[in-house]
Amino acid sequence: MAAKAVRDLSNIPSVIEMRAVNKWFGQFHVLSDINLDVKEGEKIVICGPSGSGKSTLIRCINRLEEHQAGDIVVDGVTLSNDVKNIEAIRREVGMVFQSFNLFPHLTILENLTLAPIWVKKMPKKDAEEIAMGLLNRVRIPEQALKYPGQLSGGQQQRVAIARALCMQPKVMLFDEPTSALDPEMVKEVLDVMIELAGEGMTMLVVTHEMGFARAVADRVIFMDFGEIVEQNEPEEFFANPRNERTKLFLSQILHH
Amino acid sequence: MTDSLPTGERRQLAPPLVERGALGWMRRNLFSSWVNGIITVVLVVFVGSILSSFLEWAVFTANITAETGSECHGQGACWALIIEKYRLIFFGTFPYEQQWRPLVASITLLAMLVLTSDRRMWNWRLLVIWTVGSFITFLMMFGQIHLPISLFLAIALLVGGIGMSLRKAIADTGEMNAYRFLAAIGLIGLALRIAGVLPAWSLDIEPLSYVETGLWGGIPVTLILASYGLVFAFPYGILLALGRRSDLPLIRALCVGFIELIRGVPLISLLIMASVMLPLFLPSGVTFDKFLRAQVAIILFAGAYIAEVIRGGLQSLPKGQYEAAEALGFNYVQKTALIILPQALRVVIPPLINTFLGFFKDTSLVLIIGIFDFLNTANQALVDPNWAGFPAEIYMFAALIYFIFCYSVSRYSKHLEVELNRGTRR
Repeated sequence: MAAKAVRDLSNIPSVIEMRAVNKWFGQFHVLSDINLDVKEGEKIVICGPSGSGKSTLIRCINRLEEHQAGDIVVDGVTLSNDVKNIEAIRREVGMVFQSFNLFPHLTILENLTLAPIWVKKMPKKDAEEIAMGLLNRVRIPEQALKYPGQLSGGQQQRVAIARALCMQPKVMLFDEPTSALDPEMVKEVLDVMIELAGEGMTMLVVTHEMGFARAVADRVIFMDFGEIVEQNEPEEFFANPRNERTKLFLSQILHH
Repeated sequence: MTDSLPTGERRQLAPPLVERGALGWMRRNLFSSWVNGIITVVLVVFVGSILSSFLEWAVFTANITAETGSECHGQGACWALIIEKYRLIFFGTFPYEQQWRPLVASITLLAMLVLTSDRRMWNWRLLVIWTVGSFITFLMMFGQIHLPISLFLAIALLVGGIGMSLRKAIADTGEMNAYRFLAAIGLIGLALRIAGVLPAWSLDIEPLSYVETGLWGGIPVTLILASYGLVFAFPYGILLALGRRSDLPLIRALCVGFIELIRGVPLISLLIMASVMLPLFLPSGVTFDKFLRAQVAIILFAGAYIAEVIRGGLQSLPKGQYEAAEALGFNYVQKTALIILPQALRVVIPPLINTFLGFFKDTSLVLIIGIFDFLNTANQALVDPNWAGFPAEIYMFAALIYFIFCYSVSRYSKHLEVELNRGTRR
């Protein structure tokens, strides 16, 4: 996996385009002039100190946060206040959260099939077939009839990934997917994500797992104070960081 | 030498032995020290003496055969009074020879409530149960029911409209055409009726003699006021609670205003307002039945309280549940109905049941506008000069009936909590 060929992405169409995106929380300027193009099939890892706006950035893409200036285009649809637009974009964009956010009152299988059945109007039988296939892929088909509270953190996060995939999205957003896990469970979740990357999914991953970044990322983005400070392919990014803030951040997370 | 156990297994030790059996239990829990022993003995003697004098009064020296109150004096409990007056207590001033009707109505209502408590009925069956049950109940109570044509037209419009909007993506063309046809008939018919083209035709079902609501009393009145009050107040309270958390300032302000206004006044004043003041505002000639007005006042009042209970449940949900639902593409109605409410309502079962039981008993306040519910008909039984002087018996009997209802509901809520939380350890 580490010996991944650097691909030429220039001819591939963009799935996500962010143009001069700005966002404020009250007086706090949390995103300033973000420009970002995500190509189909591209895997991007976003890192940076806490409070740098990296979660907010990906949460703007599916309108969990509203940006105040600039344009975000997802799969040809420009995000606006139009509810139909937002719902169309959310159908194409899957999201995995730090705290899993599974629905505790539903079984694992119901967690997976609820959105396909109600949002995509898929027949229940088809949805269950897809769901069982995905549970096999994340290696927990035997948990299908249990409730989220009966699963370990790593298992829950894998279910959360399967739940997002069940909508057959074009893009997957990961918001620190391994930060809330016990150390011994990080690997099982990363393995699933690496496999997903290998299948060609477009992925935006906010994470501090630098091993994961090296293994799958086409591009690593470093954010600080709401700006994209530096971005590069992983080898170059880790070997020769150019910006002082990047160097400081990398030294803090890599050498201790 | 150390034991070599397979990895991942550890020798399981048995828990330490404790004294078993009834004697062991008593020693541990009742006589674990001198002080506890003395407290146990004193309490047993105290409770025993109260219980024995109560039994002496209520059972051993009780009179159940007396013909008049004077035969009862100087003895124990005068249960003969209850036997003499039970029909007045249960059915109030409903015409005496017709009192099988409120009996049937009460049994129907109870059957409806029991059926409703079964979770397997929580779907379209609920609608059938309440439509059929309500029809029987009110046919028995009124004796006659007039169903105006506009009611049928409104139902056609409602069914058609709901079908068209909710089954848009699922139904085939034939089914959709049926909904469109129903909605069109309802809409056109109602328009013609309002314009006066259609006559005021109504379906009259008149198998029994008419009994006006002023003569109703006792158990059926309590059951009707409480169950219809809560059945309508519950969805209404959910809407109020959701409205109070809405992003739209106007809706939020309306809901907050309504809830605070209703919570700020006593139920009695609301009832008086409904019975005395409302008719003053209505154009002359328009009248609402007093019973209906009390029912509406109870629904409005209970709705405000239920809304606040449910809001507590809504606020107890982590933000991540809303975000996960939104990220999956659910719209507001789906998110609320499939993800948020099922969890929020589970959390608030105990305070919700608390509110329900409170309102079941508070229906007695309708006495203030001259409606006789169960407690008030029981009170009426005390008025008879032949049976003067036995309030304890009457009130104890009324309390027993209330307790049976409330305790069943309480047990049911416990059962529901366990059933709904099965598998979801949180």
